[in-house]
Amino acid sequence: MEWIVSKYNYWIYILLMMIGFYAMIGKKNLVKKVIGMNIFQTSIILYFISIGSKKGATIPIAEHGLGGPIQAIQYINPIPHVLMLTAIVVMVSTFGVAMALLIMIYRRYQTIEEDEILKLRR
Amino acid sequence: MIAPFEDVVIRTACRLLIPFIQLYGLYVIAHGAESPGGGFQGGVILGASFILLSLAYNADEVRKRVSEKRNLIFCSVGLFIYSGIGAVCLALGGNYLNYSRLHHLLPVDPVYARALGIFGIEVGVGMTVMAVMLSIFLDLASKHEDEGEMTSLGMDR
Amino acid sequence: MKIVGLIAVCLTGALLIYGTIDFPSWGDPQSPASLHVSPRYIEKTVEETDVPNMVTSVLADYRGYDTLGETTVIFTAGMSCILLIRRFSR
Repeated sequence: MEWIVSKYNYWIYILLMMIGFYAMIGKKNLVKKVIGMNIFQTSIILYFISIGSKKGATIPIAEHGLGGPIQAIQYINPIPHVLMLTAIVVMVSTFGVAMALLIMIYRRYQTIEEDEILKLRR
Repeated sequence: MIAPFEDVVIRTACRLLIPFIQLYGLYVIAHGAESPGGGFQGGVILGASFILLSLAYNADEVRKRVSEKRNLIFCSVGLFIYSGIGAVCLALGGNYLNYSRLHHLLPVDPVYARALGIFGIEVGVGMTVMAVMLSIFLDLASKHEDEGEMTSLGMDR
Repeated sequence: MKIVGLIAVCLTGALLIYGTIDFPSWGDPQSPASLHVSPRYIEKTVEETDVPNMVTSVLADYRGYDTLGETTVIFTAGMSCILLIRRFSR
């Protein structure tokens, strides 16, 4: 049962991902779908950040007091943090544009429910 | 229909807090090299201070202080600073965005010129992020002419 | 319709959990993400750039071109919101 005890953090990320995924495909309100997309992206960001951790290491800011040359084993991996800064910015951008598109849909159809919009288009 | 909510306590508290939030945002941008922070984080804090002003009062109060034309100029100037620093490095003989060539322009050694280049682009990124946060929020939260009462959050009078 | 969605979600979740058997465990210093170019960034960041914060030096100096693209992304998002929502009087 080693693979349950040491890997349960991935199971939490998969749970969050599946909650977001179900919101994207199972709900009828368009705003709830966009919120589901947001939850999905947040779980991906959490997963990437957790990859870069190391046991007994400190935050990736070089301290003067640790003595000696900087060793890579004392600091956690900074690269997932960098990539996830970009991912957070992309998340905010897609959320803003999705909300603007929803405002345009509301102006055109006067409703936000998906089945009513499909009925009006037919 | 949501009616706008005016409260003396909220307005006074926000009026007292907002300068300190903006000062903290500038601190986070400027200390991106020493402590956790940087351009994106400080820019979001600055944008959030304007959004707080818009929530405590109404959106016209923010538009009086930062007009939409000035907001767009902020947005473009931030990106222009970023690519401008890269173009200056290109003109001085190095690669694009190779900040160590800036030591021909400033009286520092090539390694410290990289730190100054990093600070310059953090300022540019912070300006762009602050302007875009405020612009997206004001666009989404303002009332439009042909819609009913339901879409406005009561922030425009 | 919701039943179909629930079944699809459970299947996907089960497949992903089956895929986590091969993942590195929490806090492993020898995981593949920390091996190739990341030790070089950690060890050389104070002597090549004078900046102690490794995240800022990687974001703004070693990978500065990607940050330019990202700033363009958020600029474009602001522009599209303006173009979609505001009505310009003719």
